[in-house]
Amino acid sequence: MATITYRDALNQALREEMERDPNVFLMGEEVGVYQGAYKVSRGLLEAFGEHRVVDTPIAELSFAGIGVGAAMVGMRPVIEFMTWNFALLAIDQVVNSAAKMLYMSGGQIPVPIVFRGPGGAALQLAAQHSQAFESWFAHIPGLRVVAPATPYDAKGLLKSAIRDDNPVVFLEGEMLYNLKGEVPEEEYTIPLGEADVKREGNDVTIVCHSKTVAVAHKAADRLSSQLGVEAEIVDLRTIRPLDVETIVASVRKTNRCVIVEEGWPFCGVGAQVVDEIQRAAFDDLDAPVLRVTQADVPMPYSKKLERLTKPNPDQVVDAVKQVSYLDGN
Amino acid sequence: MEALSPTMEEGKIAAWLKREGDTVEAGDTLAEVETDKAVMDLQARGHGVLRKIIVGEGATTEVGNLVAVIAGPDEDISHILSEAADATGAAAGAEPAALTATAPAPTAAGESAAGRIKASPLARRLAREKGLDLAVVAGSGPGGRVVKRDIEAALPAGVPAAPAAVELAPGGYEDIEPSQLRKTIAKRLVQSLGPVPHFFLTTEIDMERAAEARDALNALGDTKVSFNDIVVKVVAQALITHRECNAWWQDSHVRYFNDVHISMAVAIDDGLITPVIRNANRKSLREIAVESRALAERARNRKLLPEEYTGGTFSISNLGMLGIDEFTAVINPPEAGILAVGAMTPKPVVHEGSVTVRRRMRVTMSCDHRVIDGAMGARFLQTVKRMLENPLAIVW
Amino acid sequence: MTQAKADTALDAGRAEFYHDLYRKMLLVRRFEEKAGEAYAQGKIGGFCHLYIGQEAVAVGAIAALRDDDYLFTSYREHAHALARGSPAREVMAELFGKVTGSSKGRGGSMHIFDAGRNFLGGHAIVGSHIPIAAGAGFAIKSRHTTQVAVCFFGEAAVNIGAFHETLNMAALWKLPTIFICENNRYGMGTALDRAAAVYDVAHHACSYDMASETVDGMDVLAIHEATKRAAHLARAEQLPTLIEARTYRYMGHSMADPIHGHYRTKEELEEQKKLDPIDRLERRLLDAGLATEGDLATVDSDVMAEVEEALEFAEQSPDPAPEDLYLNVCRD
Repeated sequence: MATITYRDALNQALREEMERDPNVFLMGEEVGVYQGAYKVSRGLLEAFGEHRVVDTPIAELSFAGIGVGAAMVGMRPVIEFMTWNFALLAIDQVVNSAAKMLYMSGGQIPVPIVFRGPGGAALQLAAQHSQAFESWFAHIPGLRVVAPATPYDAKGLLKSAIRDDNPVVFLEGEMLYNLKGEVPEEEYTIPLGEADVKREGNDVTIVCHSKTVAVAHKAADRLSSQLGVEAEIVDLRTIRPLDVETIVASVRKTNRCVIVEEGWPFCGVGAQVVDEIQRAAFDDLDAPVLRVTQADVPMPYSKKLERLTKPNPDQVVDAVKQVSYLDGN
Repeated sequence: MEALSPTMEEGKIAAWLKREGDTVEAGDTLAEVETDKAVMDLQARGHGVLRKIIVGEGATTEVGNLVAVIAGPDEDISHILSEAADATGAAAGAEPAALTATAPAPTAAGESAAGRIKASPLARRLAREKGLDLAVVAGSGPGGRVVKRDIEAALPAGVPAAPAAVELAPGGYEDIEPSQLRKTIAKRLVQSLGPVPHFFLTTEIDMERAAEARDALNALGDTKVSFNDIVVKVVAQALITHRECNAWWQDSHVRYFNDVHISMAVAIDDGLITPVIRNANRKSLREIAVESRALAERARNRKLLPEEYTGGTFSISNLGMLGIDEFTAVINPPEAGILAVGAMTPKPVVHEGSVTVRRRMRVTMSCDHRVIDGAMGARFLQTVKRMLENPLAIVW
Repeated sequence: MTQAKADTALDAGRAEFYHDLYRKMLLVRRFEEKAGEAYAQGKIGGFCHLYIGQEAVAVGAIAALRDDDYLFTSYREHAHALARGSPAREVMAELFGKVTGSSKGRGGSMHIFDAGRNFLGGHAIVGSHIPIAAGAGFAIKSRHTTQVAVCFFGEAAVNIGAFHETLNMAALWKLPTIFICENNRYGMGTALDRAAAVYDVAHHACSYDMASETVDGMDVLAIHEATKRAAHLARAEQLPTLIEARTYRYMGHSMADPIHGHYRTKEELEEQKKLDPIDRLERRLLDAGLATEGDLATVDSDVMAEVEEALEFAEQSPDPAPEDLYLNVCRD
């Protein structure tokens, strides 16, 4: 197994799928000559040429629409948004066109397309460049929503997303691109819709995805060494379809749950997870499920305030203590 | 007021369709009455003139009370009206007596001010399973909430988590003399409910995966597997795990069987017979399918030998194919349980986070309370449900 | 457009072709009239935008295309589906929300799809299908075929960002795409000159160095010729064209909107009806001796029979099954 970055894992996935299927092409701002704003597409222009690695003008709505049209006639476009913040300009194409085409055509026209790019906050990019959109897209029937946390998951899931016949919203993380991890040399894919237990434990379930998996790990280490509490970390990997079975199985075992996500609290991904748990595992709960989220404010620029805004391991430890009745009430 | 539904005790006049002074014929609709179920027509039973409306629109009266008077145009109805007035007055006068307030019971330890015990859902379940009264457990959670650790602390040390399994020769059984408690339960329940004290447990099972499994199996070859065969197989297997439900009440003792012999209710022309699939727990689904078809055929042709319809340890009755959604079956003594299986119907349910239509099946287990207690039956049924919802468990 | 130009003489050798155009325009007219009636009777729900008056555009343009060319339209698209050859009964059944409809009752009037005929929808967010059509153009170019992607949209869509973004990329990347703007003068109740700084839609092509043409949209032969030229340019040189067809709708924006009133006068409407595309072709056929009044009456009764049959089919067809509610949300 090679140890590579999340960025290179995505690059490998794109390269392998473009080699595998001539219908796959990459389109977006700066993906070609500039080698990608975050260098995910490094070397692809040279390998596949300008007809398959297409630099676009800054026109998110219409290059997303061009992707949808190409997918409707059988191509498998990968549309890169430089960040998901800019994809708000294209949300009409993602929601009104891509997600609904199969249904409103009575099953005639699938739209096999991947919309991808970094989501969530990086460092001090302030309000308009720091937001996690998982719940926005997960709300829409017809979309798959994927947010991998490790290089291994990123590669396996991107390959599955490209092969999937449905529109996939693929949320990466700017802060994850340099994360290193083991990735097998041989070909593999990871099915969409399967969560992964990243750490086993009997005392509490921590549900997380994308960047918050690292937050959960830090909290779990501290809980183990300081309190002897063994947390089980469930990484959702795919937000929609949600792997309720894995979440519920873990909560049935641990009887308590904390959900960590980068998005805002209101109508967030965690709200959906809580709903699933209270219906499927009500009689197994020893405490209310708690959530740790971004503070309910637009992201401030100030470094100090930004740190307060993002979910952090301290908050997760506190929440675990609370659901474990270890906080002295 | 007429009884317009089988369970109606009182009715409310929604609207009068005839007015005082109107001529009415028998069969005319006089008024619309809101019953406990619907709005029904109140029809005239004779002809004449609607002389007096006694219960006005919006008013409610008991079945049997006078609501209006139909009489000849000049007939004297004063005595009827005065009787009606007396009756109404008496009823009105009786009311305040019913309003005597009862003082609230003193708050027990562990209860909140509102009288409700605060406990986590898990603590409630554990208490139920261990037969522990939550009211006597001190809660250590926020606001005195009883949580898992409080239940564990309240349980006497050394209580085993599950009864120890008894090793027996295959095909054998074990007779256990009932404890005094069980004898008392048996006696008291018989006194209250009849020779076999039944109680009923119902659950709804998602059959989507079982249906998929069945389709896949049926695509394999000549032997067709029915849903009933799958139910027989699952029940047989679950009974091995829950031996407490695979038993006969024998008055002096309870006989627990080590193998499962399923009595399968088969309707015949003038009645019902229950051929037995022996050792169903050891048979493959395919063997069960073949045998159940042969037995049903012989049953309908009245070719069954006595040993083929006796000796069952547990029964299954399936009226699903007759479109029955849910029913309760009568236990086949000395067996202690019977499972009544309803039709599989597509229903909107929440699955993986969205509302979707899935095939669901309701089953009701009748239990002999002398042998099976509520939680025992429920746990058995839970296993059946889990297995049907994940049919791969058959080969687990 | 205010004045019909003198119509060119017909070519006697192409009588069959003219008859086909005539029949298709009349089919659209009668179909839309029947749909209007059914809507008034409550048999068709939702928004229903009729095409009466504009028949020449869809019929003339689509007749100039190949069956393997991709078509994308807005929500005023019954005509385009019919012109492409979708059976009238399937289109009507879709308006009725029946399972036998083009989109199995899931789309309705605004979302007619017929994938087998490369008729790729019925899109109801103004302007959203302009980039989508260019996407099909992109796919054609990637695969090196000689197909063309064609997009029909109203003049109100020209003020949408997607129109400009897409024209820019289509010209920049040389996508074989034809953009046909059906300028019927009113975006719902707002006249073009009250909404756009530039009145001549075709002029926008200059900003993107794209070929363009303004054509009399009430003349089926003129729109046919213009589309043929654009298709040739797309097939031979992979170049896009913007065609502005000046036309007029007789009905309100949708069945729920007034035909005239605050935004246009009855007189204007009556004046425009004198330029009726069907009457015009009829006169030319009679003048050239390529048809008799009897021939044309037969076409009308044939078309009426087809529409009646479509209506009957739609009425008799079953609703989609409740258990299929969740079908096709995603493909497994």
